[in-house]
Amino acid sequence: MQLNDILLFSMRAATANRGRTLLMLLAMTIGVGSVVVLISLGDSARRYVIGEFTSLGTNLLIVLPGRSETTGGPPPLLGGTPRDLTLDDAMALSRAATVRRTAPIIAGSAPVSVGNLEREMMVLGSTSELSEIRHLDLAQGSFLPPGDPTRAQAVCVIGMKGRQELFGRQAAVGQWLRIGDRRFRVIGILASSGVSLGEDLGELVIIPVAAAQSLFNTSSLFRILVEATSPEGMEQTRHFILETIRARHQGEDDITVITQDAVLATFDRIFRALTLSVAGIGAISLVVAGIMIMNVMLVAVSNRRAEIGLLKALGASQRQIMGLFLTESAILSLTGAGIGLLLALLGMRLAAFLFPQFPLQLAPWSPVIALAVALFTGVVFGVLPAHRAAVLEPVLALARR
Amino acid sequence: MIQLQHIERVFQVGDEEVHALSDVTMSAESGEYIAIMGPSGSGKSSLLNILGLLDRPDGGSYELDGLRVSGLNEKEQARIRRHKIGFVFQFFHLVPRLTAFDNIALPLKLSGMTREERQTRVTAALSAFGLGNRAQHRPDQLSGGQRQRVAIARATIMQPSLILADEPTGNLDRHAGVEVAEILEELNHQGITLIMVTHDPDLGRRAHRRILMVDGRIDHDSSRTRT
Repeated sequence: MQLNDILLFSMRAATANRGRTLLMLLAMTIGVGSVVVLISLGDSARRYVIGEFTSLGTNLLIVLPGRSETTGGPPPLLGGTPRDLTLDDAMALSRAATVRRTAPIIAGSAPVSVGNLEREMMVLGSTSELSEIRHLDLAQGSFLPPGDPTRAQAVCVIGMKGRQELFGRQAAVGQWLRIGDRRFRVIGILASSGVSLGEDLGELVIIPVAAAQSLFNTSSLFRILVEATSPEGMEQTRHFILETIRARHQGEDDITVITQDAVLATFDRIFRALTLSVAGIGAISLVVAGIMIMNVMLVAVSNRRAEIGLLKALGASQRQIMGLFLTESAILSLTGAGIGLLLALLGMRLAAFLFPQFPLQLAPWSPVIALAVALFTGVVFGVLPAHRAAVLEPVLALARR
Repeated sequence: MIQLQHIERVFQVGDEEVHALSDVTMSAESGEYIAIMGPSGSGKSSLLNILGLLDRPDGGSYELDGLRVSGLNEKEQARIRRHKIGFVFQFFHLVPRLTAFDNIALPLKLSGMTREERQTRVTAALSAFGLGNRAQHRPDQLSGGQRQRVAIARATIMQPSLILADEPTGNLDRHAGVEVAEILEELNHQGITLIMVTHDPDLGRRAHRRILMVDGRIDHDSSRTRT
């Protein structure tokens, strides 16, 4: 039998019974649609997180005080940070050849006020280099001036939202505001009002690190951001940081260095696993669809016994009969998969329209997987009915009714 | 052309064994016109099924055109059905969703013939059987006589040497029945061997040779009495 004849015959057979066809299409549509949507959601979540981390900066190492290790004994009572990271540590790190920039960070929240208006805001103490490391853009004015980080200049850069809430429609640059009991002059406004890893840039106030030290009355740093000159220099820089700090901390390894790559790779792995497991859940509905296809095809075989008997009498071999029925279930599965794919695409478009802040879109490889899985399901669950049709005794199939 | 030797066919019905055919031996020459007659349950349909390779005998041997077909496998038997045997059924067995044209073209499709070849052959067959203006009608739009003519056109489209008809007029009115019988006889005139099962004595009388089946055995064969 020629291929186009097989296809045409099976297509006609598939569409002859509308109710049956719709039922099968529905099952396949739901199965494929849910698999594609789940894969796409997982993949979107992965890309969202990766994007967030990448926006932190490139070739980034993050130095945290304290070291996480599992040793025996009772857990330390107070966080177990043996030694603080200091501004001097940060300055020592910036001396290496593979380090392009460093930015010490002190974070805390403090009441910020202008006249009678006061609100609690996130205060970040850092240096001018933070702007380059974190790719911060300014809408107006300038960032913290470069220079000796130990000098506590009374200047600040504020986020867009804070600016609007504190200054309203007035010009903010050049004005003074009060953080805690200290006065700072506003020299710049942050442009982006996006969210970067949970920190709302719009509600941020950035002041020189020395000023933050005296504001929060502490000498210890929250963390140090180190930008290496190249991706290849990351490992070398990591060693340098560990050794420098060990030398400065009397031989104690009391810091943790996180490389951005490691974090990214970990998140990538986690989200891929997550995507696969939700896809597995979705696959259950495909199995259900498959069983449905099997049932519907079995009914089709018993309804069309006479036709099968006739085909045999006309000289169709078992292989040909089997091929015809398998083609029929494959056509139905693929059509259902196509519709499911289309619905999934529309669903993801709609979700992306409703939640524009998340990068929701169809995972690029999901259509291929969906179609392959649908075809596989259709054929696997079509084998039993097709086999039953093929081995039907022509005499019984043609028996007078 | 046909040689049946000691054919046995046994069905298991509950605990009982029913001998549908027991020790059936017969032969037929090419171009013969045979009516198999007998009361219902006498085994005449079973015999036709064996002749048409739709059923396998439990014992004995069957030679068709000098080929021992009872030993062939399923695929080879399908080939022989396709090329040598045409079937005509009481209930026509047309595929309801296919047009008259497509029903007739079905055996050609199964054999892998190209569309162009099919087109000419089926068109010729349609006009030969007086169905030229019914090509695109589905079976439910045709009369009984027309349906049986479509079925005969389908049975002969592969130019078989043997036509097996199971009560070909059983589901038709008198007029259409005579018409169908005449068509079949015309084919027989052209040299096709025609074997039909019937319990219509009028139709049986038209045949050149009558085989009477009783209880799974050949009770009477008109060719034997003649010789």
